[in-house]
Amino acid sequence: MRHTLSVWVEDEPGVLSRVAGLFSGRGFNIESLNVAPTLERGVSLMTIVTAGEEQIIEQIVKQLRKLVTVIKVVDMNHTDCVDREMVLIKVNAQDSYRAEILRIVDIFRCKVIDVSHAEMTLEATGDRGKISALISLLQRFGIKEIARTGSVAMRRSLQAET
Amino acid sequence: MRLKGARVLLECLMREEVETIFGFPGGAVIDIYNELPEYPFQHILARHEQGAVHAADGYARASGRVGVVLATSGPGATNTITGVATAYMDSTPLVVLTGQVPTQLIGNDAFQEVDMVGISRPCTKHNYLVKEVESLPKVIKEAFYLARSGRPGPVVVDLPKDVMNAEMEFYYPKHVRTRSYNPHIEPNSKQIKKAVEYICQAKRPLIFGGGGVVTSNSHEELTRLSRELQIPVTTSMMGLGAFPGNDPLWLGMLGMHGTYTANMAVNHADLLIAVGVRFDDRVTGKLDTFAPNAQIIHIDIDPTSIRKNVAVDVPIVSDCRLALQALLQELEEKVEASELARQYQSWREKVEEWSRTHPLTYTKSEDAVMPQQVVEKLDELTQGEAIITTEVGQNQMWAAQHYRFLHPRTWISSGGLGTMGYGFPAAIGAQVAYPDKLVIDVAGDGSIQMNIQELATAVCYNLPVKVVILNNTYLGMVRQWQDLFYNKNYCSTCLEYSPDFVKLAQAYGAEGYKVTRPGELDDVLRQALFSPNTAIVEVVVPQEENVYPMVPAGAPLNEMLLV
Ligand SMILES: Cc1ncc(C[n+]2csc(CCOP(=O)(O)OP(=O)(O)O)c2C)c(N)n1
Ligand SMILES: [Mg+2]
Repeated sequence: MRHTLSVWVEDEPGVLSRVAGLFSGRGFNIESLNVAPTLERGVSLMTIVTAGEEQIIEQIVKQLRKLVTVIKVVDMNHTDCVDREMVLIKVNAQDSYRAEILRIVDIFRCKVIDVSHAEMTLEATGDRGKISALISLLQRFGIKEIARTGSVAMRRSLQAET
Repeated sequence: MRLKGARVLLECLMREEVETIFGFPGGAVIDIYNELPEYPFQHILARHEQGAVHAADGYARASGRVGVVLATSGPGATNTITGVATAYMDSTPLVVLTGQVPTQLIGNDAFQEVDMVGISRPCTKHNYLVKEVESLPKVIKEAFYLARSGRPGPVVVDLPKDVMNAEMEFYYPKHVRTRSYNPHIEPNSKQIKKAVEYICQAKRPLIFGGGGVVTSNSHEELTRLSRELQIPVTTSMMGLGAFPGNDPLWLGMLGMHGTYTANMAVNHADLLIAVGVRFDDRVTGKLDTFAPNAQIIHIDIDPTSIRKNVAVDVPIVSDCRLALQALLQELEEKVEASELARQYQSWREKVEEWSRTHPLTYTKSEDAVMPQQVVEKLDELTQGEAIITTEVGQNQMWAAQHYRFLHPRTWISSGGLGTMGYGFPAAIGAQVAYPDKLVIDVAGDGSIQMNIQELATAVCYNLPVKVVILNNTYLGMVRQWQDLFYNKNYCSTCLEYSPDFVKLAQAYGAEGYKVTRPGELDDVLRQALFSPNTAIVEVVVPQEENVYPMVPAGAPLNEMLLV
């Protein structure tokens, strides 16, 4: 099963290779990995999407926690969270396709961020399901290039009880 | 006090109460060596950096202290890697200091530059590249703390040459503050209660100790647990010495070359009390048939060890000693020990019967010295009081099987990595830690040649280490596998040519002895063991003797080859 792990790490040289090396060295898989600074100085947040049986995921979490530069690990699957990914898609857009592509842009609430006579570059944000659906819809026009950020995730705020 | 980096480093080592450094110099660490004579450290100059690391490792395992290594950049650093990986697999606390090219040259493929932090990352507990002299004290403080706390392990600190020459106002931090590393050492009391319930319900309990018992100095607690409740004990190879080998409750070692009794006991036990173990494949055999009837209590300080290989009923993440103390306390309050001992009576009888019917055996010979006999003789002559190190292969297994280890830290062997060439330098390190103890490396003719250069080190520092080579003219353990599983296709395992070990010893200034007949064994061993000098005893043993019992790799533990 797919798990999204939020991993807070010391922001220092080599921390990425420690985490990536742990995954490759132990044969764990990484579907996507995203790293960026947090509000706290010196702390970065890595969001890692991985897949495996429960026992493997448990090992991954424990092994991550064992790394000296890892501050905290949360398996977001065990929380109520929102997750999003951003994707840039460069798609064939001859005149005959344009209207249809723009309709999809509208439905998926994407943005057109670059356009030429033959191509269009779209920006979309959403959860995994939405992004996959978008990509599969655009496939028939011919996708030329794609760049994805990988997921980032966050716990939902507690809702006031009513 | 304004000091150069090199001095800052040595001041830090003083504050960590380091007494001994195992090292080998070079351009990148020459500045450190330049200051070294001003300090009271004992520096042991090895003849190869691998030897230096294994020596520091043997020193650490024998004494329980952190072993310290100093090596130069590039090839000096890469030469340490086998030693570092060996220490990592067996959780030995080391601080390995390596030189590095000046910071402004890093990344330029400078002379003798390697990315030591990159190379050592997967085989260290943690590692550091020190880029500014100001961070040096904090890094060294952390390095020692990490090496010895929690599950111990090696820490590499890479030291660029310019940092060793930069100056700073010296200070040494009192405390280590990391927001991330915080080993969990106290047992959860609910889990302890649960463990006691399991122990009370058990009919056929078995204690299974490992290297963690030795590391955490909890052998006394483990022994008390066993003796008070009369529960039989086995250990992994790494756990030898954690329970006295002459106790009637001792079943011998578990696993691939474990005793019949220990392997059968695991198979039949209804409760396994596993302490400081990680269920390595050499111990479990085929995983799904391991301890098929047992519920498992697993105590270990490393959460990743728990549920990595086997499912556990009562996981206890804790320092083994604290957990065992809590367990003993809870048992004392809750149960009548003698009653439980009675409850396990018929189980003990069953176990004793296995021991009676299937003891460790071998066939003695009139005219050949058997390797097992050599180890038994060592046991007899030293009364289990020597520190035994080993190389890797059959020699290691025979030493593990036939020497009766009475105390922790007297068995020093490369378990996890299985590093040939470990035993001799490790013996040197153990001897440095305990100059007055008898330290014996049980060696093979193959392994001993992997770090034979350390004879110079032993002789130079008057270390009376004894090396007993079981010479079967083979890479015996590999030959055994070829014999049993590869149709006796003895490809590249025969060591047709070896040096004359007696002359070799003498050439280095050590004593050399050779034994070829059973009648000579006692005399020669006595002479060598009680000599004040470094000595090699080469014992010619039959070429094709195998180690038994043997559980073939991946087979269930009860499917042992017995002879
Ligand atoms: C550095 C290293 N290389 C290779 C091996 C594989 N290996 C395991 S046991 C063994 C044979 C060792 O021969 P020897 O030292 O003569 O011991 P014996 O088994 O004959 O007692 C070998 C080659 C190893 N463990 N370590
Ligand atoms: Mg041999």
